[in-house]
Amino acid sequence: MNMLLKNREALLVVAILALLALITLRFPGFIQPANLGRVYNDTSILIILALGQMAVILTRCIDLSMAANLALCGMVAGLINVALPGLPIPLVIASVVALGAALGAINGLLVWKLNIPPIVVTLGTLTIFRGSIFLLTGGQWINAHQMSDAFKALPRADLLGIPALSWFSIAIIAIVFVVMTRTAVGRAFYAVGGNPHAAVYTGIDVGRTRFLAYCLSGALAGFAGYLWVSRYAVAYVDIALGFELDIIAACVIGGISIAGGIGSVPGAVLGALFLGVIKNALPVINISPFAQMAISGTVIIIAVAVNARAERRKGRVILKKAEAH
Amino acid sequence: MLQDTTTLRMKPAIALEGISKSFPGVHALSDVSLSLYPGSVTALIGENGAGKSTLVKILTGIYQPDGGAIRVDGAEVHFPSASAAARAGVTAIHQETVLFDELSVAENIFLGHAPRTRFGLIDWTKLNADARQLLSRVGADIDPTIRLRDLGIASKHLVAIARALSIDARVVIMDEPTAALSYKEIHELYELIDRLKADGKAILFISHKFDEIFRIADRYTVFRDGRMVGDGVIAGTTQDDLVRMMVGRDVGQVFPKQEVSIGGPVLTVSGYRHPTEFEDINFELRRGEILGFYGLVGAGRSEFMQSLIGITRPSAGAVRLDDRVLVIRSPAEAIEAGIVYVPEERGRQGAIIGMPIFQNVTLPSLTRTSRSGFLRMAEEFRLAREYTSRLDLRAAALDQDVGTLSGGNQQKVVIAKWLATKPKVIILDEPTKGIDIGSKAAVHAFMSELAAQGLSVIMVSSEIPEIMGMSDRVIVMREGRMVGQYERADLTAEKLVRAAAGISETTP
Repeated sequence: MNMLLKNREALLVVAILALLALITLRFPGFIQPANLGRVYNDTSILIILALGQMAVILTRCIDLSMAANLALCGMVAGLINVALPGLPIPLVIASVVALGAALGAINGLLVWKLNIPPIVVTLGTLTIFRGSIFLLTGGQWINAHQMSDAFKALPRADLLGIPALSWFSIAIIAIVFVVMTRTAVGRAFYAVGGNPHAAVYTGIDVGRTRFLAYCLSGALAGFAGYLWVSRYAVAYVDIALGFELDIIAACVIGGISIAGGIGSVPGAVLGALFLGVIKNALPVINISPFAQMAISGTVIIIAVAVNARAERRKGRVILKKAEAH
Repeated sequence: MLQDTTTLRMKPAIALEGISKSFPGVHALSDVSLSLYPGSVTALIGENGAGKSTLVKILTGIYQPDGGAIRVDGAEVHFPSASAAARAGVTAIHQETVLFDELSVAENIFLGHAPRTRFGLIDWTKLNADARQLLSRVGADIDPTIRLRDLGIASKHLVAIARALSIDARVVIMDEPTAALSYKEIHELYELIDRLKADGKAILFISHKFDEIFRIADRYTVFRDGRMVGDGVIAGTTQDDLVRMMVGRDVGQVFPKQEVSIGGPVLTVSGYRHPTEFEDINFELRRGEILGFYGLVGAGRSEFMQSLIGITRPSAGAVRLDDRVLVIRSPAEAIEAGIVYVPEERGRQGAIIGMPIFQNVTLPSLTRTSRSGFLRMAEEFRLAREYTSRLDLRAAALDQDVGTLSGGNQQKVVIAKWLATKPKVIILDEPTKGIDIGSKAAVHAFMSELAAQGLSVIMVSSEIPEIMGMSDRVIVMREGRMVGQYERADLTAEKLVRAAAGISETTP
């Protein structure tokens, strides 16, 4: 798996470089370091969400409710800020991360205890979370002037010339990387997705592991909720509408197997960056948003085809040996 | 070699002549010949990987041979597809039946060649009537209109056979048909095969079980490493002859059970019961002992073992390990206490093939390889190296995926995984099911060695020779209850079979 994944990630790096080269032909300014920094910053939220989604997909589940969770948590962050403008921002963040994790826990419990298929559970909670925003606000927006300055300033705060938003995503990448490669629960994500039956016998609680993956994706969605609302300085029912598809696309492009058990943090990050480059580059070289969607879709299908071929090649090896004996 | 006069006079229904088939880098079959005669059962014997499945796939049109000829009634034919083989009257009944659970029995029987009305629509009345007639020919009392999923595995086999009759098959291939059947169902299958023989079908019977080969087959063909190494009539052949042909050497010691001095009790189970699966399970397991659990499929042995390691909860019962009362609520707690279970379906329940070898090995031992919550890769490699080298695992590197290993080596990874937890009791569920004789001997030798090192082994097995060869003591289960317990000294196959089947000693 390691060699294959390294290849897959190297392939993705090559694809991103090729894409950048193509864009540069039309618009040389795109690869200025400052612009690339902006593209990374702009993709930070997608990266954070893709890492959460990756944990869930690794366990053979899916979380369609991440964008709705983000929207609800973002709105709650805004409401807290409006009601208590003096409350320190770290406390606001802590509360929406906790809320996001709790919403993720609902998904996890339904999958674990009631054995409902993950796609059905999160399709349901997606609608419930969106609906809850309307119930909370009656459809009212929270606009920039209602938010405190500290609330809006944090993602833009500058540290060593890099915005805090980028730093947050770098920190999340580091944390999730350590969890995935250096902790028992990270290993359990892979085991549960790789072979749930075998995982049971090795003493891993499959349901509980999935529950934890949902808690992680929920917490990251909650955090992303604050980042989104403070960055764009607006909160309403429909923010990040449809964004769950971008998140899943980033994972798929990054080589996270929808069948579970296969995937890596660098893969998810590169997958998100690939989408980020496309989204930022296509408008500057005058490609219409509709063509952008078609291009993203094409890339997803190509990525899945490439991954499927890699899997099949692996299958052939087994067959050869089985026949040889 | 003996030749029987009947088949000499008879023309084969189908004959393979000099068939070869290669896959990139591998000769799966080289110059293989096989003839199947009407009204006769030919057993196809060989170790795993000898080329039996490839041959079946060529016979049924799934693979095309690279060289050689297939003749039906003396005329050369080609099977470019599975349907071409079916039209020529060749049909296969697989170990796991390839039928459709959501369709009715009659639809399954006639799928692809259902009778039509004048308007080209399916003639349901005729369909069900014909199905009923076919089912009665195979002696099955099954309503053709019910859905297939409501049938048991044995009844599904009967439906598959009815399907074979429906296309007027002349050649019926049975690929380990008894693997999932109970004792009674196997005997019903034998009767059915006798009936198919009387109908003049040519039958190819693939099996690992010698007792059934000698019960059912008229002729045999032995494959080894993609070549035919012998054929002839069963009458006048001994089990030893066949084994020698299969492995290409004398298997002096199929069951290399070492004599081990057995110590005091390690595990004591008393009053174990489950509301639906088993009751009144009481036994003691001693140090260095191999305790066999024999019974028919569905006797509740695996269910009891799974409850012992905390996958299901018993309704009552107590477990003591080394004089300590244990309450096991999950497999994790069982592993912690020193009881591990190597499940029956290693492919499905054993290894995680997309994971590297070392991660598979350390999976149940992660608490030991980590410090303050973080895994230590070096420690993981050390543990994996220690146990895989003890098992003589052949792999290029410990960080390669288990999926790239051969079946036998995958199994070594699974066993290494469990030994790395340093268990006191190891439960092996059907440890040699479906594997070839060479690998079987290796597993048996290894089991014996574990016992000699003071480990206590519980071996669940449905194979009499294995139970008799390996166990120090045997417990027989039937319908969820313990029905007999025998020491090695007074074990006989007859006692085991009688106890398992519920035939009392006194009735004739």
